[in-house]
Amino acid sequence: MRNDSAGRRITRIGLTAIVLIAVTLVFVLLDLAWAGTRILSLGEVWSALMGDGTWANDIIVNHRNAPRIIAAIVIGAGLAVTGCVMQAVFRNPLATPYILGLSSGASLGSAFAIMLVPASMMALAQPVLAFAMCLLTTFLVYTVSRSGGTMVRTETLVLAGVAISSLFSAVVSFLTYVAPSDKMQNIVFWTMGSLGGVGYEELTVVLPIVIIGIVLMLTQCRNLNAMMIGDSHAMDLGVDVRKVRIALLIVSSFVVAACVAFVGTIGFVGLVIPHILRMVMGPDNRLIMPMSVIGGAAFLLISDWVAHIVAPYYGVLPIGVVTALVGGPFFIYLLCRRKREVGW
Amino acid sequence: MVTSPLEVRELGYDYDGRSILDSVTWDLRKGEILGVLGPNGCGKTTMLRNLNRNLSPKRGCVVLAGTDLEDMAKRDIARHIAAVPQSNEIRFAFTVREMVAMGRMPFQEAFRGNSSEDERIIDEAMELTGITHMSDRLINTMSGGERQRVIIARALTQQPEILLMDEPTLHLDINMQFEVLDLVSKLSRDRGLTVVIVSHDLPMVARYCDRIILIHDRTVWAEGKPEDVLTPENMRTVFNIDARFELDDRGQRTVRLYGACPRE
Repeated sequence: MRNDSAGRRITRIGLTAIVLIAVTLVFVLLDLAWAGTRILSLGEVWSALMGDGTWANDIIVNHRNAPRIIAAIVIGAGLAVTGCVMQAVFRNPLATPYILGLSSGASLGSAFAIMLVPASMMALAQPVLAFAMCLLTTFLVYTVSRSGGTMVRTETLVLAGVAISSLFSAVVSFLTYVAPSDKMQNIVFWTMGSLGGVGYEELTVVLPIVIIGIVLMLTQCRNLNAMMIGDSHAMDLGVDVRKVRIALLIVSSFVVAACVAFVGTIGFVGLVIPHILRMVMGPDNRLIMPMSVIGGAAFLLISDWVAHIVAPYYGVLPIGVVTALVGGPFFIYLLCRRKREVGW
Repeated sequence: MVTSPLEVRELGYDYDGRSILDSVTWDLRKGEILGVLGPNGCGKTTMLRNLNRNLSPKRGCVVLAGTDLEDMAKRDIARHIAAVPQSNEIRFAFTVREMVAMGRMPFQEAFRGNSSEDERIIDEAMELTGITHMSDRLINTMSGGERQRVIIARALTQQPEILLMDEPTLHLDINMQFEVLDLVSKLSRDRGLTVVIVSHDLPMVARYCDRIILIHDRTVWAEGKPEDVLTPENMRTVFNIDARFELDDRGQRTVRLYGACPRE
């Protein structure tokens, strides 16, 4: 009896993986082929990739689309895995990669750059400030939580995150309000997220941080399973809960900071991808976290495609808008018809 | 002389500066079932949580086979000491077998699945606790008693020398209370498992434990065989009840509870 259902489960997991990988590949091609006014043929994309396409196609495929697609894959994966980790660490279904207020920190850093730094330095200053403010926010949240006593409770961390987040958001709102209209647009656009500005140079910074971070987080799958049952269960099973939690908060802060620094805050990926996967294959992080890598990547690739396909009507949409527009209804649909009781 | 598997030396613990335990000293004997009794809030659970460094002592120390727990990695402690915490709800849909398999965590490296040896140990633990047929059920849909048995099976897969149990009978049906404690006695007898049971169930502790520690006034008030510890005087002082240790008509140890002591 066990073998039968275990077998079915493996089949379902295998199928999900295959579907996700297929979707990823299809949308990599679709996104590579986007050329603004027209769609390149498969042959044109191929020859451009091989280095013998036309000059225009080379620019479009290799220098516009390819870095953006790589960014979508890596950032989607990074945010989705971080979402898994945060939901498990905080045992909170609403936890996102930004739960400690990182998005507001990054937005504030970026807004500072837009307001205060001369235009010539912006390309450097904006990501650096966004990145630094992300890490500073984590540090602040942790320090505030710690001041009450020696034990840091996860509930306190979440509350401190909310508090600091609303404070920073208020400052961003203030800056947006007083900013001249061109700068105001920049600030607002940044908070919606956009993959458009990513080139190969940016990727050399983002890629190593996110990939190392993901690998480090993946080593903790089993410990996270135990922590989902409860901190005291995890301790009984030999997990040094406090150490693991702090290490994961630090690693995930770096990953989130690297993800948002160049592209702005992209919401929804980190929240829904882990939930969707849990509905399909149960709560085991040893499956959910590696699958989130593919799921997050596929999701951002689809969103990127949607953002571009509507371009003739609205211009290229900020990807953060699309993730919520695409993901929201799908998530609601799954919530309504889920079969396996997942606990949340 | 045989060294004690676990020694508690001058243990003290506070919460927010309020002292809960002070100068608690006792040692465990290999293969025994030790009952820890005391009224609610006396620090029984706090003491138990210090025994596998779920909490770290504020004063004194706990020594496992000659090594201070503070000098050991959590993972190494979990290879020797397993715990069955007070039953509480689990929200995630892990299957019973997945839950039981977590007991092998302290022995496994990252990215490694269960070895065939792990699988054998898991099978055996599920067999012993009678949950083999529930293998695929989801833990979040189970009753408190069923969950308790799953957690006990998980603890057994750690193949511990010492098993810590916090109120193991609390949410169980009356027949399950006996089944669980019979199982623990059997493991203690057959395999030399050493067990510490924290409870406020006087008759159960009297019946199943070889030795009892009575916690009162933040420290060990009395220690010894059930018949020596569960005297009417001790039970009056510690629990404020009128009760008497006795052998029932089948010769089993029990505590006859007459009621609360009249207010003075």
